[in-house]
Amino acid sequence: MNNKRNRLLGGPFKVWTIAFTVSPLFLIFYYGFTSRETGAFTLENILAITSPVYGKALLLALGLSLVSTVVCLVLAYPLAMILAGRKSVSSGLIVMIFIIPMWMNFLLRTLAWQTLLEKTGVINSVLSFFNLPSLNIINTPWAIVLGMVYNFLPFMLLPIYNTLSKIDPAIINAAKDLGAGSVQTFARIIFPLSLPGVISGITMVFVPALTTFVISDLLGGSKILLIGNVIEQQFKQVNNWNVGSGLSLVLMVFILISMAVMNRYDKDGEGIAL
Amino acid sequence: MIKKTASRVYVALIFILLYAPIVTLIVLSFNASRSRAKWRGFTLEWYFSLFENRQIMEALYNTLLVAFLSALLATVIGTAACIALNSMKKRRRAFWMGLANIPMLNADIVTGISLMLIFIALGQFLSRFGMGVTFGFWTVLIGHITFNIPYVIMSVMPKLKQTNISTYEAALDLGASPVTAFFKTVFPDILPGVLSGALMAFTMSLDDFVITHFVKGPGFDTLSTKIYTEVKKGIKPEMYALSTLLFVTVLLLLVLSNRRPGTKRTR
Amino acid sequence: MSHKLIDLTHISKSFDGQMVLDDMNLYIRENEFLTLLGPSGCGKTTTLRIIGGFEHPDSGQVIFDGKDITNLAPNKRQLNTVFQRYALFPHMNIAENIAFGLKIKKKSKAYIQDKIKYALKLVNLEGFENRMPDSLSGGQQQRIAIARAIVNEPKVLLLDEPLGALDLKLRQDMQYELIRLKNELGITFVYVTHDQEEALTMSDTIVVMNQGYIQQIGTPEDIYNEPKNAFVADFIGDSNILDGLMIKDRLVNILGTDFPCVDTGFGQNRPVDVVIRPEDVELAQPGGGLLDGVVTHLIFKGVHYEMEVTASGFEWLVHSTGMYPVGTPVGIRVDPFNIQIMEKPQSKDEEAAASDEQ
Repeated sequence: MNNKRNRLLGGPFKVWTIAFTVSPLFLIFYYGFTSRETGAFTLENILAITSPVYGKALLLALGLSLVSTVVCLVLAYPLAMILAGRKSVSSGLIVMIFIIPMWMNFLLRTLAWQTLLEKTGVINSVLSFFNLPSLNIINTPWAIVLGMVYNFLPFMLLPIYNTLSKIDPAIINAAKDLGAGSVQTFARIIFPLSLPGVISGITMVFVPALTTFVISDLLGGSKILLIGNVIEQQFKQVNNWNVGSGLSLVLMVFILISMAVMNRYDKDGEGIAL
Repeated sequence: MIKKTASRVYVALIFILLYAPIVTLIVLSFNASRSRAKWRGFTLEWYFSLFENRQIMEALYNTLLVAFLSALLATVIGTAACIALNSMKKRRRAFWMGLANIPMLNADIVTGISLMLIFIALGQFLSRFGMGVTFGFWTVLIGHITFNIPYVIMSVMPKLKQTNISTYEAALDLGASPVTAFFKTVFPDILPGVLSGALMAFTMSLDDFVITHFVKGPGFDTLSTKIYTEVKKGIKPEMYALSTLLFVTVLLLLVLSNRRPGTKRTR
Repeated sequence: MSHKLIDLTHISKSFDGQMVLDDMNLYIRENEFLTLLGPSGCGKTTTLRIIGGFEHPDSGQVIFDGKDITNLAPNKRQLNTVFQRYALFPHMNIAENIAFGLKIKKKSKAYIQDKIKYALKLVNLEGFENRMPDSLSGGQQQRIAIARAIVNEPKVLLLDEPLGALDLKLRQDMQYELIRLKNELGITFVYVTHDQEEALTMSDTIVVMNQGYIQQIGTPEDIYNEPKNAFVADFIGDSNILDGLMIKDRLVNILGTDFPCVDTGFGQNRPVDVVIRPEDVELAQPGGGLLDGVVTHLIFKGVHYEMEVTASGFEWLVHSTGMYPVGTPVGIRVDPFNIQIMEKPQSKDEEAAASDEQ
């Protein structure tokens, strides 16, 4: 195709990306490394993370997001295998899992878990009907984990499903032909081949879970502070953009690490494509 | 056989996990009680009072307008970008793709605050000329376009790569102008990608709270931000009714469009 | 000859109500190079997959070395497969690919190393241990797929159109390579192809299949020279297939002319199919043969000329080393020995049933 004309088509995109993606990130760096009072260079904002409150918020967020990521992986992998094993999974099913729930507002969906989890809520009514002990996780970190798993499970499922469904059935037959049983076929062939999907799934879940402030707000009873809540407060309540930016930079270190890991394994970005 | 049943049960359980909250919200929209904790009988009251609630109606209008415009503009910018990216050399393309993906891969909160900071900086710059930046519709729209562009690129790019360049060249060879050739040969091929990109962008915009939260100003609300401010006071049941209406409408549209032959989506 | 290694008895298989194999019986002898030949959809690949254990027959038995293996999982069978598109493990290098089956069997490291060396030497790819599959050409990948299968010392190697994705020259080289391998290893090969030339070149025994039925089983020479029916004749090589009328023993009427032949036992005045290979049609001066005609097409094919001669309303395909320009009037002559007479099939079932036993 005509290259010059095509390059002109990229103009709006390039301008937009520079203006609203790249330069805003530089501003975070600028605020993060300058003092609020004097405007001079400082590491104070970054080091704010070492304070007990912020440090605890970061550690808790890391802990909860790791737990959620593991739970998502454990739940999503078998599901992805079941879906990939079916001969004809309509794209409709994928839409059902991934897109349709999003048409119900994210905040309302998350809030609905309050109703479900309450002492006299739906889940406990069902549990008591079967004489099972009641579940009292509302306003605890476990409710936050549940909210994270609920919201981010599709992000784990999709990339794993994509890589699994791309595996040539002949390769699995070849493994069996060469004497591998089901367990060996999984361990030596299927899992290694799905690894790019697993890695990108982990990133797609870990990053939003680590940085959320809404889920902890809605399901943690506003007593539990995650690093996301701390940053949000710095910007919306305390109006200390410098400390907020500094803490964001700390957070971005973790985001960058997971993005770098993902880039290494998923070079084409295929894992996240719908 | 056991394996098959077990896998069916497992899929069903995951679907329950994903859809239980949605069912809960739909049930709540018919609850006569204003409190979400108790069931006081069936009512359609909220479905009527909803239309008299000016705040909710305004938030709905804002939400749909932002979703529509941001999806439209992001689709145009993103599709054009794909064509440009596709004709770039490998390294340049990797560079720009990397930048394009930032809003999708980065945390929403970081994207939100970074946009907030750039709008403030822009406002300070413009104030020298007696102008300013008002946080409201325009800042929200810009924010939404920004995070929608990568979703459009993500759906269009694979289609563009699959497109057979020789049909385009054949069209040129047969005397079509480049623009005509593009719309006659390449465009029909990438159209499914463009449409699913637009749908994706619309959906992401509809569902966004975090970025809107940071770039909106006082007095401007989308449904998400409206709900967020209501959380502490208690959600108005009209909100459940509205969400149910939206959800069911879109679901029906989807079912109808899938029924029609020839609209099968190819991934 | 040696004993039956694999015996398929009364095998039937259908997919979604579509019959793919219907009551098939076939045995494979030890050390035989047996080829399943037929057009796509004839059931040849399904037969191979049933032997490999990737499909279960709806009815019938698979006997291997005297034991019923019909319900045995593929990983428990003493045979290995070379897949159509190679199916190399993309995340493993060549050495790991070849070692796969041996590692599953928990062979010692030294043994595995020796086997890898030996197998790579056998397929002429020494030094490829650390390459990745996607860095190899199609032909090289195919050799690795073969190496990966044979290190397990299977009694039978199943090959599913292994040369289908290769270009012509490479395919011919690989044919000789496979014959050499077969001779060096001394094991049974079961080979699936739709390429009749490939089948004729390599096989000890050819099984011609169509629409789920075996049409003919025999040596390449048998199949080529004595096709049992019009389908086999048409599928194996070029041929002129004509409607004929068997006047009596050793005399057949074709296109209104009586031709002497050598076949007997078809009765009198019975309609039959007549097959005459293009290289068996001899051209002579007009009036010098049994039929007169005119050359209508001429193509130079290298080893011979390919001509079409219109005579008595039929387009005769003729291969000849002599050249007759288009428009030349010629006489057509056929050696009685080269006229192949076949029963007309009464129905599709009978067409298959007539040739169902070896």
